[in-house]
Amino acid sequence: MMEQIWLVIWTLLKIVAIVLPLILTVAYYTYAERRVIGFMQGRMGPNRVGILGYKLWGLAQPFADVVKLLIKEIIFPANANKFLFLLAPIITLATAFAAWAVVPFSDGLVLANINAGLVYILAMTSLGVYGVIIAGWASNSKYALLGAMRSAAQIVSYEIAMGFALVGVLIAAGSLNLSEIVNAQQGGILNWFFIPLFPLWIIYFISGVAETNRAPFDVAEGESEIVAGFHVEYSGSAFALFFLGEYANMIMISVLSTVMFMGGWLPLFPSESWWGQPSIIWFLAKTSIFMLLYLWFRATFPRYRYDQIMRLGWKVFIPITIVWIMVVAVLKVYNIGPWFS
Amino acid sequence: MKIFRYFKSLALWELLKGMSVTGKYFFKRKFTIRYPEEKTPKSDRFRGLHALRRYPNGEERCIACKLCEAVCPALAITIDSEQREDGSRRTTKYEIDLFKCIYCGFCEESCPVDSIVLTDIHEFHFESEGKNVLDKQQLLAIGDMREKEIAECRENDAEYR
Repeated sequence: MMEQIWLVIWTLLKIVAIVLPLILTVAYYTYAERRVIGFMQGRMGPNRVGILGYKLWGLAQPFADVVKLLIKEIIFPANANKFLFLLAPIITLATAFAAWAVVPFSDGLVLANINAGLVYILAMTSLGVYGVIIAGWASNSKYALLGAMRSAAQIVSYEIAMGFALVGVLIAAGSLNLSEIVNAQQGGILNWFFIPLFPLWIIYFISGVAETNRAPFDVAEGESEIVAGFHVEYSGSAFALFFLGEYANMIMISVLSTVMFMGGWLPLFPSESWWGQPSIIWFLAKTSIFMLLYLWFRATFPRYRYDQIMRLGWKVFIPITIVWIMVVAVLKVYNIGPWFS
Repeated sequence: MKIFRYFKSLALWELLKGMSVTGKYFFKRKFTIRYPEEKTPKSDRFRGLHALRRYPNGEERCIACKLCEAVCPALAITIDSEQREDGSRRTTKYEIDLFKCIYCGFCEESCPVDSIVLTDIHEFHFESEGKNVLDKQQLLAIGDMREKEIAECRENDAEYR
């Protein structure tokens, strides 16, 4: 009995150890987003909010934003379903955080090392769309409903391409366990899966951008057409939950791209010296490159038209992934290259 | 040729080109001016807050000809006048409603003695109702405070008038 209680407490502590840094990362990711996009557009971005009169390049900005969001009122639209209206952001956030349970940060540094980790993550990221749909429906607003519809159609379309890309990883690694997928990429940058699975890697990341409803696939928000899409009626802390969920999902996609294609915590060139050792620093460095790509995309590309999104998902990505799955299968069966020998 | 286009779009060529543009801008010098610390240069003809000027001997320039009141398109200026003890015509009341004023500068152009001028002060505010109407004393005070700058701007601009 005592043992089980300790297990629960120990697990809770581990969850806090994952979620707290994650929330901090999200906070500073929003700051980095505004700064980076500002820089790319020839602006400064937020550089004023500091502590005790020191500006510190605006580093206190996220905290000011959080305080603002938390002390604002949650407004319920007329005739909205209050229960569903409040449930939607919770679903979004819960699924976004739950997916982090199986992420291996370093060798053995994982909360739940389950065998079907890949499937679990796919399930969790797909469940997130329920938050969007319920939010759009419960808001009792035409813009929110349109945003939710678009988001649902888009996520269903890109889920397929994403799933096929993951099938390629599954064939290459021979396992659904994320730690084993990383371990299958042992031995330097040439052994990482992004070389044999190059098209799948690109498609996975682009589908990930579409799946998180980020620019250039942000028709679900589409501020120039439908104001803010599914979360147009949300304010205060309910909106903050959506925000948190969206950014946690973005970081999640970056983490998965790192784990499945870029060798997770494995070093660039393994050697005896300190920088040739596998460590969580490699993991974080690779992840932040993908996180930067998200911002870079948003600063660069205009929004896709809706029919273009559908065309890209169904007529380009899915055929390419299917073809490349066959290529990977052949490579695997005949033990070709440094990856499958 | 069409097949070439397919390969070009599959290689994401144009997307990469776009990203290289934004990537370059990331490192470029920023155009932003950090306002309260840095300011853009102002023209000598800048039309900001109003002021009434004096002659160097301390006599106020305004002779109550009321040309500015007549020319003002927004009817922002109100002038009353009477004869002073020494026989000269002077204003007893000279008020400008800053809410009505459109800062067109006609009053300055119409003034025969360069009395009413628009200074380059553009950072001003009112803290209570009624403070938007500047009376003669306030206008003269602004003129006394900024006389050096006002004279300098008029001097620089003189040959173009």
